[in-house]
Amino acid sequence: MTTTRQITYREALSEAMAQEMRRDPSVFVYGIDVADHKRIFGSSNGLVEEFGDQRCFSTPLSEDAMTGFGLGAALTGMRPVHVHMRVDFMLLAMNQIVNMLSSHYYGSGGTTPVPMVIRAVVGRGWGQSFQHNKTLHSWLAHIPGLKVVTPSTPRDAKGMLVSAIRDDNPVIFIEHRWFYDAVGEVPEGDGAEPLNGCRVLRPGKDITIVATSWMTVEALQAADVLARRGITAEVIDARTIAPFDVSEVVTSVQKSGHCIVVDNDWVHCGFGAEVAAQVYDHCYGSLKSPVTRLGFVPAPCPCTRPLENAFYTGATEIIRCVEEKLGLDQSDLSGENFFSYENKFKGPF
Amino acid sequence: MSAQALNRDLYRTVYLIRRAEEAIKENYLDDEMKTPMHMSMGAEAIAAGVCQALDRHDPVLGTYRSHGLYLAKTGESDRFFAEMYGRDTGMAQGKAGSMHLSAPEEGLIGTSAIVASNIPVALGAAFSHKQRNTGRVTAVFFGDGAIDEGVFWESLNSASLMKLPVLFVCEDNGYAVHIPAEQRHGYSDIAEVVSRFDCGVHRSESTDAEVIYTLTRDALADMSATGRPQFLHLKYYRYLEHVGVFEDFKAGYRPRDAFEPWLERDPVKVQREKVVGLLGEEAVAALEAEIDQQVAKSLEFAKQSPFPARSAVVEDVLA
Repeated sequence: MTTTRQITYREALSEAMAQEMRRDPSVFVYGIDVADHKRIFGSSNGLVEEFGDQRCFSTPLSEDAMTGFGLGAALTGMRPVHVHMRVDFMLLAMNQIVNMLSSHYYGSGGTTPVPMVIRAVVGRGWGQSFQHNKTLHSWLAHIPGLKVVTPSTPRDAKGMLVSAIRDDNPVIFIEHRWFYDAVGEVPEGDGAEPLNGCRVLRPGKDITIVATSWMTVEALQAADVLARRGITAEVIDARTIAPFDVSEVVTSVQKSGHCIVVDNDWVHCGFGAEVAAQVYDHCYGSLKSPVTRLGFVPAPCPCTRPLENAFYTGATEIIRCVEEKLGLDQSDLSGENFFSYENKFKGPF
Repeated sequence: MSAQALNRDLYRTVYLIRRAEEAIKENYLDDEMKTPMHMSMGAEAIAAGVCQALDRHDPVLGTYRSHGLYLAKTGESDRFFAEMYGRDTGMAQGKAGSMHLSAPEEGLIGTSAIVASNIPVALGAAFSHKQRNTGRVTAVFFGDGAIDEGVFWESLNSASLMKLPVLFVCEDNGYAVHIPAEQRHGYSDIAEVVSRFDCGVHRSESTDAEVIYTLTRDALADMSATGRPQFLHLKYYRYLEHVGVFEDFKAGYRPRDAFEPWLERDPVKVQREKVVGLLGEEAVAALEAEIDQQVAKSLEFAKQSPFPARSAVVEDVLA
């Protein structure tokens, strides 16, 4: 029988990699910082000790070449896991990801799959500013041939990483740094979670909130506040951005008639637009209000705290949006202190 | 391997490449091969010599100019021409075309139309084989334009650092598309620059496939003895336009008289003279007739093959 216990998101990540490295000798983990004393914020702890420096190693600062390196290893029988401390750094490898990894299987006539995982961390807070904060899942999800996931719980961090490593496709695995100290129930043993479908984090009937990555936390906090005035919000973690299966969102919106998409990204041409379009396709007759998209303001992310607060959306904006949709007076949020993991991440990094 | 057998093999390869590309030229204006042709004509000795020196199943990677590499590695032309004609019987059902030839079962892992993109892929393949002690060497072919790209330097550095069994094969025709080396390079001698890395360097301007073969064997011996990656700097002359099947001297960016000395030592001619000396005219003519027939049959096979079903467009996007 599978037992569960409480562990952090970062422990879940290490555990998933260690478990798969034990199970399959073709799995290896590499990237800038994976084997140094910080171990990507502790998310690759224990690997170099257990598996040695040929299966867990740091690399030159050559994101482009090291991504192609992973492709070559994947095409010749290995299962590489490449780690980036920031999504922003992964952009140096866009040629490899978009031109090479995504189309190799197709271009080989379906003969040679690319079993490779690219983990990339989203930064926020303590002055991360505009080159340490990007998510860009919709950018990547735009490209056929890539899978893109944004796990938001320790259980999904482990289970989806296990499945990503076993998957025969390139999987971009996007982790928000603020989740790393989140604690949750994670099964011991296999724990694989499918790389498709959303997860309903909180059931409700009055409004559907679809959220990605850290925005799931904001949505849950908003739902707590709304519940106090008798509004039940259904919070859905999109979690698999590509291939995206909208069916759970459709079921929810057909029940609630209202939909908000809260994306951990910019709004313009973003994932929210995709969800909105699919909701209109499937739920047009059930909608009581237009689908609303929330996300970053259309600017690079600023450094200073007051402006950074203005840049991000969150629980307050979600609550105001729900109140407007349902024709409610604005509740007094002055006493609310929305929880943040940021305190654990005080600088310098 | 005897000198006769080696040179016969090399001639078979250079002649097959030349004959296949002549067949492309002869048929291209029918407009049935709807794929951009980056012709190998003039470079035959490089693919033939290097692949001859490698083990048959050693992984290789190439560029959009890989007709020669594909034919040298596989020796087959049915799937080759079917791919050119966009047919279901091509190695990728016509999804790849001339620029993305592959034959993973023969070791040709892939070819890319983005300059330099396969250079780092070779490092990963080499790492994978090194980890499993297979003894395989991974060769990656690229033009001199690729050394203008950052990823070449990232890859050279990492391969040297990690002592990966990679054979870098720089096929230098002096132009990146139409831009000559002197307008692109802040140094005079790429081989000299590469030699500053922990990497073996070998260079040649020969059009003799046997010379390239011997040079490659020397490089592989160096790799075996030292564990270092190796860099071959091989000059050649691109006979035809950057893309397309015609000469382009009228464009004015390179003079025809620079071509003449290369044409005098044309790789197919050089190898033919050698094998005629070793095997006699009759044996060579018989070999040529065999290859002529192979190419003619492959062309017919391609033209007779069906196009892929419409449904194939969304097949094999994900594994």
